[in-house]
Amino acid sequence: MSAKRIFIKGNEAIAQGALDAGCRCYFGYPITPQNDIPEMLSSAMPAAGGEFVQAESEVASANMLLGAAACGVRAMTTSSSPGVSLMQEAISYMAGSELPGVIVNMNRGGPGLGDIGSSQGDYYQSVKGGGHGDYRTLVLAPASCQECYDLTFEAFDLAFKYRNPVLLLGDAIVGQMKEPVTPRPALPLDPEAGADWKLTGRGERAPRILKSLFLDDGALAGQNLHLQQKYRSMQAEVRYEAFETADAELIVVAFGSIGRIAKSTVRSLRAQGFKVGLFRPITLFPFPEAELRALAGQGKRFLTIEHNLGQMVDDVRLAVRGLTDSDFFGFLPGNMPTPEDFDAPIRAAVKGA
Amino acid sequence: MSLYQDVIIAGFGGQGVMLIGNLLAYAGMEHGLNVTYIPVYGPEMRGGTANCTVVVSDDAIGSPIIRSPKSLIIMNRPSLDKFQPQLIDGGVLVVNSSLVDPALADASRVRLVPVAANEIADSLGNTRMANMVALGAYVEATGVLPLSAVEDSLGHVIAKHYSHLIPKNAEALRAGAAAVGKA
Repeated sequence: MSAKRIFIKGNEAIAQGALDAGCRCYFGYPITPQNDIPEMLSSAMPAAGGEFVQAESEVASANMLLGAAACGVRAMTTSSSPGVSLMQEAISYMAGSELPGVIVNMNRGGPGLGDIGSSQGDYYQSVKGGGHGDYRTLVLAPASCQECYDLTFEAFDLAFKYRNPVLLLGDAIVGQMKEPVTPRPALPLDPEAGADWKLTGRGERAPRILKSLFLDDGALAGQNLHLQQKYRSMQAEVRYEAFETADAELIVVAFGSIGRIAKSTVRSLRAQGFKVGLFRPITLFPFPEAELRALAGQGKRFLTIEHNLGQMVDDVRLAVRGLTDSDFFGFLPGNMPTPEDFDAPIRAAVKGA
Repeated sequence: MSLYQDVIIAGFGGQGVMLIGNLLAYAGMEHGLNVTYIPVYGPEMRGGTANCTVVVSDDAIGSPIIRSPKSLIIMNRPSLDKFQPQLIDGGVLVVNSSLVDPALADASRVRLVPVAANEIADSLGNTRMANMVALGAYVEATGVLPLSAVEDSLGHVIAKHYSHLIPKNAEALRAGAAAVGKA
């Protein structure tokens, strides 16, 4: 065994991953079920020489994130569904101004105040924009405490690599559960990061402006084309887990906590002789479209399972369009999903051949 | 045969069910295994049962949430009513017989392990260690981990200002283990 494992909540793993990745500015406003993150960072961030600010609202924390990002600092804000709704304007501005920052959404039940339990109801908001304008954010969906750590750690690199907001979409389950996590060596801060665009005080160099307003003739068209090209290049970041898909006749597609819970169901059905597998997208944008399409090309059928009433299933259907379709099973928010809940839907989908 | 064990630990707030869940999971990790711990919140938070689920395995763990557990640690009556029907046939049912009449357990369907956790903890000097007694009995009955692994992990889950209580808690774990089969 290499590094020593630590036993922490998914929320704490996110906080630790951010610290180890060199995040030195945190802004947030309390909301369940992610309060372990600001609670931990309120002491750990100052101890690491960074800034912790409990903002007056989520609108403020997201705009503080924009400001820190403009200075080229590794910065993060975290919240849960209703709070993330309030951040959407700033996220759109960050995308438009090409600013790197990490936003964590530990999804809870909705719409509105919903509840404090687990849900995947924010898939559309996370993946299809959320704010206004034709923009995308990288969206990472952890299913374990280790992934909470690793994906947060890597989110900062991705944000700076693409000069783009990166969204981590977890939920109440992965945030509240505890697992062993192997941390990585902390990254030294790179003083050169963003050297060609960040605002540092003009001094002797040419003036810089970071903006999302483009009024000159054709300027906004050019900016949108440039952004789209960047979003297409993000395809290089596609990640997923494929479990027992090689000889599977039916593939369950599920992300995050639901992906790992469905994995238990798939294992149990495998043991009973059913040829089922699991495909778990880890990046929700970019979506692992080509990989799903390849599986569809092999004649496999699909069942998408989500903790909502059907959102990611749209992207699965788009991926396999013209070849096959995907069945859907939605587990309602307000309840705790267990492997047994997915047993009957998977059996029914297997029979549906 | 791969190692896999899951347990729901349930009682009322203040009985320390979350603490022994953490302890069991931590000990599993230190023993080189994969573990998950999840506190399960719901409407039962108010006045009813507090519970958590721990999974220990030498394989990667899928679901941290279990509806049909292989074992239970039941610290009070409402928890027995709620979780006994979910326990798999032949599953291990550790019952705090100080507060729950073991006759309520379906001994023909499950493997009943009664332990007078409150009395034993009392005899060691503090009723509040009933949770440790029950965990000791559980570890002995299931063999999921060596008891020493659990004892060695006490220092990691008990807050520093209570560290003087660790030897007594280790004693409570051993007393619970020793009580298995004697009730």
